[in-house]
Amino acid sequence: MFKDPRRVFIIILVLTVLAGYIDLPGTYHPGFQIGSFKKQFATKFGLDLSGGTQLVLDANMKDITLADRASALDSAKQVIERRVNFFGVTEPVVQTATSQNSYRIIVELPGISDVNQAIALIGATAQLDFREYTNPAASVSAATTYADLLAMTKSVGITGKDLKRAQVTFDTTTGSPQVAISFSSDGAKKFAGVTRRLVGKPLAIFLDQMPITSPVVKQEITDGAAVINGQFTQEQAKNLALQLNAGALPVPVTVVQKETVGATLGASSVTKSITAAVVGLTIVALFMIAQYGWLGLFADMALVVYGLLTFAIFRWIPITLTLPGIAGFILSMGMAVDSNILIFERFKEEKRAGRPWKVAMELGFGKAWDSIRDANFTTLITCTILYNPGNWQFLPSSGMVRGFAVTLFIGVLASLFTGIVVTRTFIRVLYKEKT
Amino acid sequence: MIRFSKYIWLYMIISGLVLVPGVYSLIRWGLRPAIDFTGGTLVELKIDEKTINKYFLATTVQKTSSGTYILRLQEGNVTIPASLSAAVVRDETVGPVLGAELLQKTTTAALIAIFAILAYVAYAFKNFKFGVSAIIALIHDLLVVVGCFSLFGHFYKVEVDTLFVTAFLTTMSFSVHDTIVVFDRIRELLKRGERLPFDDLCDKAMTETVGRSTANSFTIIFMLLALALLGGETVRWFVIALLIGTTSGAYSSIFVATPVLTLWDRWEKRKKVIFS
Repeated sequence: MFKDPRRVFIIILVLTVLAGYIDLPGTYHPGFQIGSFKKQFATKFGLDLSGGTQLVLDANMKDITLADRASALDSAKQVIERRVNFFGVTEPVVQTATSQNSYRIIVELPGISDVNQAIALIGATAQLDFREYTNPAASVSAATTYADLLAMTKSVGITGKDLKRAQVTFDTTTGSPQVAISFSSDGAKKFAGVTRRLVGKPLAIFLDQMPITSPVVKQEITDGAAVINGQFTQEQAKNLALQLNAGALPVPVTVVQKETVGATLGASSVTKSITAAVVGLTIVALFMIAQYGWLGLFADMALVVYGLLTFAIFRWIPITLTLPGIAGFILSMGMAVDSNILIFERFKEEKRAGRPWKVAMELGFGKAWDSIRDANFTTLITCTILYNPGNWQFLPSSGMVRGFAVTLFIGVLASLFTGIVVTRTFIRVLYKEKT
Repeated sequence: MIRFSKYIWLYMIISGLVLVPGVYSLIRWGLRPAIDFTGGTLVELKIDEKTINKYFLATTVQKTSSGTYILRLQEGNVTIPASLSAAVVRDETVGPVLGAELLQKTTTAALIAIFAILAYVAYAFKNFKFGVSAIIALIHDLLVVVGCFSLFGHFYKVEVDTLFVTAFLTTMSFSVHDTIVVFDRIRELLKRGERLPFDDLCDKAMTETVGRSTANSFTIIFMLLALALLGGETVRWFVIALLIGTTSGAYSSIFVATPVLTLWDRWEKRKKVIFS
């Protein structure tokens, strides 16, 4: 089916329309839905463009045995994730990075520009707090926010320090999962006093000022062993136990790197980059027409296909766009016409050698391919090393460098396709020269 | 046909004009490492000049073209009065351990990239003379970029950061990229068995490829120039590094790599005459 250039032409058109649809600004299209396959498309911006804070935390594993370090780091990550989510950050990223003797957690907080607030939030010891309602008759509705709840309650003086452990058990009669908590001897005394006072009333448990559960006290508990039961699924019970246990970060962390970009700097960077891209593209497009006439126009059309396609790939994967990433993309546009220039120059030469234009064109595409492949190969090698796909610890894995490498890599690959297949098809179908 | 090989002395002077000051500056002043590598704090504030002079030593303050001020401080002694906090445009802190680590990692990456590209050059040309000439052009381009940034560092306080290393490595691949196209043509002419002196053969190859070399470099240079002039402040020096690298890469494939090849050939022939 690829023998007939007209078919290829139609396939390219369909592909372009599809890519153009993906590239539409988010408000104009609802995303894709084919059967159960559903995908939303939005450009993901890195912190340098959206504004926000990035923190690199180093976990001090001195007091933790080698075997437990990975799990300690992981639970620290979970605690931080929970705190960050509570903070109301949209799309935060929390990830761990481990090498032989360094254990790090990288936290990205889009939209947060107060670093100190962020550090205080993340590094703080989690506060487990048992609270009673100041007005037991107060109704809790769906509209009640966590902050409201916090204001409606007051601490009873029992904190995470009083808790010994929490674990999932099963009700002996109904078999449903529940969470058993046991208090230290000191805590047990306090707990006995509180439960005596609050029989029949709710006792809310807050973790980092976020309510995690609000069981009703059934009777006075004196032995320091309580059970929270409700309509838990096993998963919920497990999570609750985990949250209760994770009263504090399992390892002390220190901030080794922090970076904040104000939202205005990010936004102006995006506008500036777009202006630069448009101006650059226009000049390149005009240059191609000036240099190669109609052929240049076809190369420009292929360049438009290239831009739409590449951006659609960025959205599809999705690639997080950073400022260097945009630079890589813009650079790759300049390189995308490179293969066309090679081919057209060849074409001119073959024509000078006296061949009819059709033969000269096909020869141009054929002969230029070797140079195109060789020339782009080095760029692909460099991009691969810069991107560090194996996440090797001896290579840098900085977000900025990666952003550049990945867009340039995809750009070069896409340009091989558009520069050769797309331009050739356009010319085969649309171009005619007087013989 | 353009007689490129007649003017080798001119190319040497042009390259020398760029290389000598750059290398001198590199030896004399070195490069200015950014906090990425040394550790420390960089704060960019939107603020008026009076206030900034009141709080900070002038030596650590640098004014940007968009009217903001950049402060570079050692980690630990960052004391920005709370009343100024609203004006923070950018705030970066890198711990000293992390900086040293990054320096080591980027060096490793650069070394691996250099070896990969050398291996590729060796494979692509399978010819000692071509390979060495391509590498000399490559070294020329890298020295141009590093030399320029040493000068920028000394005169404009431009720092060398991770992105600079990225630009450095990209320059490397561009340099080889352009040289390959010219050398490919020389090889093709050799294979075709053209009965021409080597000088003339090189001139012919370059005359045939110069159109595409300049056309292609122009498109990339247009894009980069647009980015450098209109793009964001944060990547400006990165783009300028790429721009210098690309320009030098395009220049060197015609005016460094091929002349080295012809000079080498002339030298070999002279040797033969003397010793035969």
